[in-house]
Amino acid sequence: MTTATTAEAELNVVLEYCNDVRMAPIPDAGSLPEGFAGTLGHFPVYFPEEVAHAAGLLPVAVLGGGNRLELKHADARMGSFVCSICRSTAELGLNGSLQGLSGFITHPICDAAKHLAGIWARNFPEQLSQILYLPQNVNTPGAVRYIAAEFQRLRSELEKKSGRSVDDESLRRSIGIYNDNRRLLREIYALRRDEPWKLSCTESYLLTRARSRMPAEEHNGLLKRALDAARQRNLPAQDKPRVVFVGGFCEQPPIEMLEAIDSNCYVVDDDLLIGLRWLTQDVPEAGDPIWALAESFVERSAASPVQHDERKTKEGYLMEMIRSSKADAAILTAAKFCEPGLDEQIAWAKHLDNTDIQYLVLEFEEKMTSFEQMAMQLETFAESLLFAVAA
Amino acid sequence: MRIETVDAIPPAAAPFDARVEGQRLMRDWYTALEQAPARGQHVANVFVMGNAVEILRTFDFQLVFPEINSLQTGVRKASEEYIRLSEDYGMSPDVCSYVKADVGLILKENEHPAGRIPKADIAIASNMCSTFIKWAEIWERLLKTPTFVLDLPGQRAGNWKVRPGDAQHAADARWVEAQFRDLIEKCETITGKRFDMDRLAEVEDRVNKMVFHWNNVMALNRVCPAPFNAMLDGLTYIGIMNVYRGAQEGVDFMRNIEAELRAKVARGEGRVPEERYRLLFSGTPCYVSMRRLVELFETWGGVFAYSDYLTFAAGGMDAGELVYDTSRPLESLAEITALAAQRGLSNQFFAHERLAQQIRDYDVDGIVFHGIKSCRFVSSGMADTRDYLNKRLKMPSLYIESDLIDPRYWSDAQIKNRVDAFFETLHQSGGAPRANKSVSSESGRAA
Ligand code: SF4
Ligand code: SF4
Repeated sequence: MTTATTAEAELNVVLEYCNDVRMAPIPDAGSLPEGFAGTLGHFPVYFPEEVAHAAGLLPVAVLGGGNRLELKHADARMGSFVCSICRSTAELGLNGSLQGLSGFITHPICDAAKHLAGIWARNFPEQLSQILYLPQNVNTPGAVRYIAAEFQRLRSELEKKSGRSVDDESLRRSIGIYNDNRRLLREIYALRRDEPWKLSCTESYLLTRARSRMPAEEHNGLLKRALDAARQRNLPAQDKPRVVFVGGFCEQPPIEMLEAIDSNCYVVDDDLLIGLRWLTQDVPEAGDPIWALAESFVERSAASPVQHDERKTKEGYLMEMIRSSKADAAILTAAKFCEPGLDEQIAWAKHLDNTDIQYLVLEFEEKMTSFEQMAMQLETFAESLLFAVAA
Repeated sequence: MRIETVDAIPPAAAPFDARVEGQRLMRDWYTALEQAPARGQHVANVFVMGNAVEILRTFDFQLVFPEINSLQTGVRKASEEYIRLSEDYGMSPDVCSYVKADVGLILKENEHPAGRIPKADIAIASNMCSTFIKWAEIWERLLKTPTFVLDLPGQRAGNWKVRPGDAQHAADARWVEAQFRDLIEKCETITGKRFDMDRLAEVEDRVNKMVFHWNNVMALNRVCPAPFNAMLDGLTYIGIMNVYRGAQEGVDFMRNIEAELRAKVARGEGRVPEERYRLLFSGTPCYVSMRRLVELFETWGGVFAYSDYLTFAAGGMDAGELVYDTSRPLESLAEITALAAQRGLSNQFFAHERLAQQIRDYDVDGIVFHGIKSCRFVSSGMADTRDYLNKRLKMPSLYIESDLIDPRYWSDAQIKNRVDAFFETLHQSGGAPRANKSVSSESGRAA
């Protein structure tokens, strides 16, 4: 077998494993990885996983129910006008799928997400359920201090929950593991930017998402294997337009949708699972680790429609994504009923109208099962882009 | 302590009609808005939850309440035109209709049915409703309005106890104070004026007085029969509570209402001639059809004794102990703002706790939940809250759905049917006529 064939096989093994992980239930008490005493669920977008990791609680990103979950309870508890990820998360709670969690943390990203904490308080009082009030003002001096106090509170709550104390040294160790993870994820995205034929958007998504169910150290091993294999892949570059994908910051687009995009375009940057990649550089491993995490949230972080930061306008970061990834066009998506996403989608579209960058607007829902129409739209879009480039 | 800061209630010189006086004050406010540019007055956009009004008043900003502008398009039966304009522009049907009416207003170059709305020099958006932030970002984009996001640490969990002065409250207040100091610097730059701490204390003193009367007004409705309808008369009160907070007119208005209602209580007069059912309204109003909705209930002798809307949409100021210490104006402002954010605003996400308390306080026979698809702040957890209260407190409830200001969502026959069915069930399950039931008022009284 050639190196390329071996690489292909190796990548397949890793990706299949990642896909199994995506479909798997959260680990229960009997199947917890070594060193962990429980699981801590966290809702998008960003959560400082290092704190839970150091406390011996496996951080589990709760990313909704996908398109195979039947809603039996949630429809009666959350209105039909609420986005799918919130409703399916409520369903997973109410149908018992998340009962093994030691806690569930949500964030003030939008009002629907904040209401999940109320649903948890009413229905699962035994779990540690909280809103982590990450600030929507990161520009006033004092923001870091406030965040550090919140992280400190989180640290002691998690200590109580897991019965394990989190000293600075163990927190620094977790930060180091996550720094490796951040570096590897940056390499994945760099590979997609530089040689997009070597790793598709769907593949990169599956690889990233695997962290939602496993310790970061194990995830690091997987990412290394995948990167090595992908780099050795021998796939020809195809004639596809280079696009960036935005709108996947919270609710997860179905895999089939990403595959349809991959069939027609090279996605050279995206905001999928942006919360798992929120910190864009290494978190300092010296000094006070809580402060380092808080400061990184303010100074070394990505952007999304649900985080206000006067240094990063939404149009600004989209244009920066397009520029730095040398994209030809953008796919502007929003999850159905996602108010922040829908507000941003129109703002992005209006902004791009004033540039020569083409875009395609798509609305999705995690529970979508039919993709033919979307595939046709994508095909037409890609053709028009190629035609425009060639002309 | 509270009583010491409050003027005695003088006997009303002339009969006071809250509705007429409220309308006059609203008209005056819109006139002041129109005149602000000619007067060279600076203008600030603020929301009703978490807004730093006290600081802005200290700098003499003319205040624009975009939510009130939007609801007024509904009251004046003009909202559909504004909403449609924004949808034609591209706004999704699924987003907050207040936002859409406001985008319509921008597209109509600020021509509002009540007058021309001036362009703001600054917008304050808190995180209490996340839509505020997205809304302010629209102004940033379309009007280049500088935005200050006031981040208020909210209620973190169920059963969250925040007590003035405890470590958590102190940390939260410190963060709020840091933001106020930042905001003050920005206001100084915009207005060219130095911040005046004594003026802040004066404004706060007026807020204290207004809130004192406001709390008494709320408490008077614990009496049976309830002297006012929380979702009709209460909406007038709340408008003034917001627009004139920190102004002398606001203190006078609220004091007069209290006097008028006390007199009514003394005469044994209720809002409805024969009060049969005391109800709690949870959610936001439907401004296009509010009179009609209230009528549907009042014909059955049902009165809205309270509404959680009167808590969160009035800045959370009836949530208890919210009195500014005017000897330390800025610190106290931060402390009270942090407290109100948790006890009166963001506790919306744990609505069952607040409603359970209000059910007791107002001794109600049932809850009416009004779901608004486009307002996820009130509606996303409503069905679950209802389920919880039904199971835990055996509280009869009705769920109806329409919109704040979008008339396309009002279905008269359907809502009437549901209301009638609700009362019939209440009646059959032994909901006895209430006329002779006595509920004591726990309101304080100015000495
Ligand atoms: S998808 Fe949008 S509306 Fe839903 S929880 Fe996420 S940010 Fe909120
Ligand atoms: S979502 Fe609701 S609370 Fe928020 S601005 Fe709109 S109407 Fe007001």
